[in-house]
Amino acid sequence: MLISILLAVSITLMYAAPLMFAGLGGVISENAGVVNIGIEGMMTIGAFCGAAVGYFSGNPWWGFAAGGLSGGLLALVHAVASISFRADQTISGVAINFIGPGLALFLSRKLFAGSAMTKPVEHPIPTIFGSYAAKSSNLLIKAANIEMTVPIVFICALVLWFVLYKTSWGLRIRSVGENPAAADTLGINVYKIKYVAVFVSGVLSGFGGATMTLAVMNYFTQSTISGQGFIALAAVIFGKWKPHGTMAACLLFGFAQALVVLLGGSNSKIQIPSSLLSMLPYVLTLVSLVLFVRHSTAPKADGIPYVKGH
Amino acid sequence: MKGKKALSLITSLAIVGVLLSGCGSGSTPGAPSGAAKATFKDGMVTDVGGINDQSFNEGAWNGLQKFGQKNPGVQVKYLESSQSSDYSPNLNQFASNNYNLVWAIGYLMADAVKASAKAYPKVNFAIVDDSITPTPSNLTCVLFRAQESSFLVGYIAALKTKTDKVGFIGGVPGTVIDEFEYGFRAGVAYGAKELGKNISVNVQYANSFSDASLGKAIAQHMYAQGADIIFAAAGNVGQGMIAEAKAENKLCEGVDMDQAKLAPNNVLTSALKNVNDAVELISQDVKEGKKVGGQTISYGLKDGGVGIPYTAQAIKMCGQDVIDKAKKVQQDIIDGKIVPPYNKATYNKYLTTLK
Repeated sequence: MLISILLAVSITLMYAAPLMFAGLGGVISENAGVVNIGIEGMMTIGAFCGAAVGYFSGNPWWGFAAGGLSGGLLALVHAVASISFRADQTISGVAINFIGPGLALFLSRKLFAGSAMTKPVEHPIPTIFGSYAAKSSNLLIKAANIEMTVPIVFICALVLWFVLYKTSWGLRIRSVGENPAAADTLGINVYKIKYVAVFVSGVLSGFGGATMTLAVMNYFTQSTISGQGFIALAAVIFGKWKPHGTMAACLLFGFAQALVVLLGGSNSKIQIPSSLLSMLPYVLTLVSLVLFVRHSTAPKADGIPYVKGH
Repeated sequence: MKGKKALSLITSLAIVGVLLSGCGSGSTPGAPSGAAKATFKDGMVTDVGGINDQSFNEGAWNGLQKFGQKNPGVQVKYLESSQSSDYSPNLNQFASNNYNLVWAIGYLMADAVKASAKAYPKVNFAIVDDSITPTPSNLTCVLFRAQESSFLVGYIAALKTKTDKVGFIGGVPGTVIDEFEYGFRAGVAYGAKELGKNISVNVQYANSFSDASLGKAIAQHMYAQGADIIFAAAGNVGQGMIAEAKAENKLCEGVDMDQAKLAPNNVLTSALKNVNDAVELISQDVKEGKKVGGQTISYGLKDGGVGIPYTAQAIKMCGQDVIDKAKKVQQDIIDGKIVPPYNKATYNKYLTTLK
């Protein structure tokens, strides 16, 4: 029983970690008033760069950093389009979702002899008990042996929450998302705040992608990132645009997936058709959305380009 | 506001550009054009996986290239589809350019190829992994008896398991994955009988071909429940399984291509589907004027359409004795002494013959 619970926890965390990174990315961008549909594209480029740099450098942490940086750089494209040129943020985000996978594929073919997938990373991101767990015969340790990315994402969430709600910087970010004109009259550099928020959003999304290729798997293929960015985006709304809410939403989704895994299988005690079981995460999400979340209001100026002096 | 308009224009152009770049024209590497006038033109249309998918499309293209190299005067070419609406235009582009044979790679193109075959009755078409009935007289359907390679993979799992528990992870349930599941289970049962023990198979479907995290989670659960070898026929989901096997230092079995290179110390063997051989064989037949249209051709162990790797790597992982035994079973399947089941009904029938 204890093992099952631990297994459920570790599957939940493993499944949710990439979503949580990307969700946090969505939170900071949208709190600064920039809708970020492009999370999926930023995750894809982050996943590729994470795997590629992790492979060539032999060090997963360089890969992880590169994943974040590449996501941030791609996010800057979104920032230039949607902040400086005031393009429609949805369209710009959709474009990012095309550019991300396209660029990843292009680079992969260049760097890996025409292949659409990278070579496996020699050293993936370690787990908290590391090689000790592989040698140990203790099932409890094996079940609780989560990847290092999990504590990192919780630290990121804590930092983001602290910055957003306990520092003047956070107040500025939120004010830019709520009422940029008022923030501007108070001397806040609206554009700068938005740029930084979108960049950080891309870095976090890139971390999410790199988590997929360096912790969950150990190489990149075209379908490594398939919808995680959109689930993260939904989690942002589900979590009322708050870091803790978004984290909870991702964990709920991950937990539902863990239930699917633990209840499924032909030697499970209760036999539920797998196709029905697979609906569980979505049904659970929908039900809790209706029951517990109800009013989820975006930052007032979310998605509206800011024009100085208008 | 001017800036905004200009930017939306640029953005939309960028989107259109990206969309266009994926599909259609401009993909003719390897085509020995410019040489003497082509006497036989052989083209293939990829599904959305693209030409470098490390699986079906790439395998088919390798086969086609080999065919082109062996036969002077043959021109080979591929067109990539970036979305399902590209299938018909791509197929028709080949057909209207007087190609002798046009390949549709993957069952996703079944409807498109059926329509094209009707529209261009003089062009030969072939589709991989789908059987269209009634088959138009200018269309060849190519199937693979995946149950035969899966049987061998299951047999090896039975010989190698130490816990007497193995696992199977399926993608989305359906006739193609059924062949893998029941072939594998029959192979395990055959091996278990040979060893005189009971080996249980834990079967779980991911209902996805793409969610690698889910594959990893299912593998983690199966290993925790005591399975020591898992076989996945689930696309990208299976890659999550391989990652978990590597992390836990357990064994697993790959699918479609030799996946040993992904985790050389963990992938025991793989159930291969040699699309390249099939593409090459049928192209050769059509070129020689043999009548292959209007029928479904199914490839198995006998003709090398499916199989398992007998590489040095495989011998290192399985051991020479297991490989030798697998070869013997392979011969029995080729000789028809063993008929691997391909769905639940045939599997249950097969089990009764084992007793």
